Amino acid sequence: MTDASMDSVPVKGTLTTVDARTKKRNAAEKRFKAYGIVAILIGLFFLVVLAVSILRSGIPAFTQAEMQLEFVLTQEEFDAAESQVLKTKAYENIFITKLQDALTEKGLTVAFDAAAIERLLGKPGSTIREFYRANPDQIGQPVTFSLPASSRVDGYFKGRVSRDTVVDSRFFEASDLDLVDALADAGIIVRNFNWNFITGSDSGVDHPGGAGIGVSVIGSFFMMLVVLALSLPIGVAASIYLEEFAPQNWFTDLIEVNISNLAAVPSIVFGILGLAVFIQFMHLPQSAPLVGGLVLTLMTLPTIIISTRASLKAVPPSIREAALGVGASKMQTVFHHVLPLAAPGILTGTIIGLAQALGETAPLLLIGMVGFIARAYPEGVVSGFIDPNSAMPAQIYTWAARADAGFYEKAWGGIIILLIFLLTMNIIAIILRRRFERRW
Amino acid sequence: MPLLWLILLVLAIAAGVFIFARARVLAQSGQDRRTLHSLPNYYGSNAAMKSAIPALLVLVIWLIAQPLYVNTSVSGMIPDTAIAESSSRSLVLAEVRRTAEGLDLAIATGNMTEDEARNMRADISDVTQRLSDAGAIVTSQVTQPVLRAAQQFRVLNATGYQIMTAVVLLIAIAGGLWGVRETRPEFRARNVVEQGICVLLIAAASIAILTTLGIVLSLVFNTIEFFRLYPASEFFFGTSWAPSFSGRGGASDLGILPLLWGTFYISIVALIVAVPIGLFSAIYLSEYASPKVRAFAKPMLEVLAGIPTIVYGLFALLTVGPLLVSVFGDDGLGWMQAGTAVMTAGLVMGIMLIPFVSSLSDDIINAVPQAMRDGSYGLGATQSETIRQVVLPAALPGIVGAILLAASRAIGETMIVVLGAGAAARLSLNPFDAMTTVTAKIVSQLTGDSDFASPEALVAFALGMTLFVITLGLNIFALYIVRKYREQYE
Repeated sequence: MTDASMDSVPVKGTLTTVDARTKKRNAAEKRFKAYGIVAILIGLFFLVVLAVSILRSGIPAFTQAEMQLEFVLTQEEFDAAESQVLKTKAYENIFITKLQDALTEKGLTVAFDAAAIERLLGKPGSTIREFYRANPDQIGQPVTFSLPASSRVDGYFKGRVSRDTVVDSRFFEASDLDLVDALADAGIIVRNFNWNFITGSDSGVDHPGGAGIGVSVIGSFFMMLVVLALSLPIGVAASIYLEEFAPQNWFTDLIEVNISNLAAVPSIVFGILGLAVFIQFMHLPQSAPLVGGLVLTLMTLPTIIISTRASLKAVPPSIREAALGVGASKMQTVFHHVLPLAAPGILTGTIIGLAQALGETAPLLLIGMVGFIARAYPEGVVSGFIDPNSAMPAQIYTWAARADAGFYEKAWGGIIILLIFLLTMNIIAIILRRRFERRW
Repeated sequence: MPLLWLILLVLAIAAGVFIFARARVLAQSGQDRRTLHSLPNYYGSNAAMKSAIPALLVLVIWLIAQPLYVNTSVSGMIPDTAIAESSSRSLVLAEVRRTAEGLDLAIATGNMTEDEARNMRADISDVTQRLSDAGAIVTSQVTQPVLRAAQQFRVLNATGYQIMTAVVLLIAIAGGLWGVRETRPEFRARNVVEQGICVLLIAAASIAILTTLGIVLSLVFNTIEFFRLYPASEFFFGTSWAPSFSGRGGASDLGILPLLWGTFYISIVALIVAVPIGLFSAIYLSEYASPKVRAFAKPMLEVLAGIPTIVYGLFALLTVGPLLVSVFGDDGLGWMQAGTAVMTAGLVMGIMLIPFVSSLSDDIINAVPQAMRDGSYGLGATQSETIRQVVLPAALPGIVGAILLAASRAIGETMIVVLGAGAAARLSLNPFDAMTTVTAKIVSQLTGDSDFASPEALVAFALGMTLFVITLGLNIFALYIVRKYREQYE
């Protein structure tokens, strides 16, 4: 070093007095560290906001305002209603009379007409008629009917609709809220746990109250069966070949390049592949969980192959050498010794791959697994694979794209259910890793 | 389902052959197993393999080939005159398939006997009536050529499946017999079985190549088809995206530029959010954080990566969008019209990409040798100076690679933009405008009811091709940079 550079530091600090330049450097050091802390805090903040908004908006989906009314239908009333031309209308009138009676019994008098009831409940007549036609022995017995209230009544209970924001329309009028209040006071409209949301099927566009995610959960389940049954054996076989047997040549390189590129191909491109190859070319049924499973299998294969290869690589060579040394063939070494030792890691990777596939939406939309298809449970195992159905994320997307705000709540609720599945799968994966993974 | 039964039958034959071959070789060896070349199970496996694998292979190939053959031969039955002006051959073929399914349904429900369904001189109106009685979806009056074709379709398919069943079972039995005949104590059963397994392993590994091939072929063929209907130059250089809805007529403007602009704008916003946060998190976690903080914060950030994109989409649509509108909307600054905008989608996508950038950069920063840091400390540099002047420059190529990978992820992301960015394709600089992307338009063009032969549907494949090429290019470039950098320190 030259003397000139020494001159550029005029005043030297000591250990006890800190000079200006050191102060500046120390401040820069602190600032830099603070940036890092702030960045992590921002990341965590986003996570918390996401979790809070999911829980706050989603939990109301698990309750539903219902009108519960117990009444007795006599044989004469049944016969009278069945003899009318507009049968469901007749049942609706019976229901209104019974409701009036119940209200007078509780000492409440509210005036309402049939139109108001239809705004609150939809058309209750057909539900009641179907019940009595299916169970004629219940005529003359006291029966409690639980009828889901309309999305606006539901929204009123959950604070989504208030007296200030309600807009008069043919769906709802502000005066109906008085009726709702009276019925709530009488204990006729109550908020119950909404089992139908968990077990039900998708409903019509303007009936969010009846929408449930059950059928699309089954659709997702059958898809995951296909993915598991195909991607696990194929992925493990491919990894064993690449890790244990593949010679160093152009073919192996080609496979490796393909796998690493497929891992980064956007998921929607797999949807295009599924549409063009499985549906247009092979004429497999549209919207079927089988096709969805095939597409997701191709999508998850790279993930499973990459994690399986990592766990095969983690088995120490001494195991292989010992097996070969006592006379096992190469194939026996791999299948009898290496594979069992790598199994926990492979399983963990597979579960994580499945969890990824479970949350995937875009490719499913392209092969027609949109939400409104999920109308009924499949009849059996075969029908579960080939009959049109939806999947959880696609169902959530369909709800999110609808106009009625009641569906938004369902979409958030669906996300809670989806995340519960994902969380369970990831926890199983973590437990497997903790308990069985060996460190060499 | 007869197909399931056929597969089970083949497997049962294989299992039977396994037991038989194993018993046979044991009987031949007498009581002394040492005379066998391989373990007894290998003799069984050899016979089972020869019985099941060729049979199942033929089954799969037949199942793929038969619809193709039936389609071409049925298609030949329909004269050009029978195809209506507004229709196309593929639509008529779909109609034929529907009618054939309707005939099957009618037989299943007892509205028609097998002979009636095959009767070539059947009365059209009678058939139509019976089909709708059976609950089959028959769109219009079934026309004569369509009914003939549907009948032929059923006959061909039925005989095809019969022949297939016979051939597959024959192959299974013949293969099994071959395997059993080979079974002698000196036969090298293990070597043969292991060779067979090795072929299966190679086949499994080749699926990756087949997938890529499938993607490329399905994109290329449909893209060529699209460019036959719509000029390529207008697609690549058109500045207007206005597809006409099928059936309404009118020409469509299918220029990709507004979509590409939307895609890049949203990705850039996402990267502006994700890169600083992700990079600083990675620096803090790898250089400053105590093991305890690291063990907590790293998995927490990675949770963000495990959340499905549909959740982010909903978050953008229902939480972030309204929040931004309340600040920048008409009540606030007045820059924003609706909740769906470039900013909404970009911000949420940025959140999604934070863990992606941070864990990749974390790995790369950790890969910088400790000796370089120690050298810098030895010269009197503070920790932040070391990071800025030594670690980051050394890690720079890797970090650039990580950012490129994140960019490719952002360009290919679908659900966030479908829900959060809006549907209007426009070329605008305002980040609070609604714009749309390539992926969002692929979804909207392919989920409608439009006919697959129309340019409005086929354009999705051209968009997919563009997307595939861009992301592939970015990935290869990024991996090249990362790999080149890794070699420096290994």
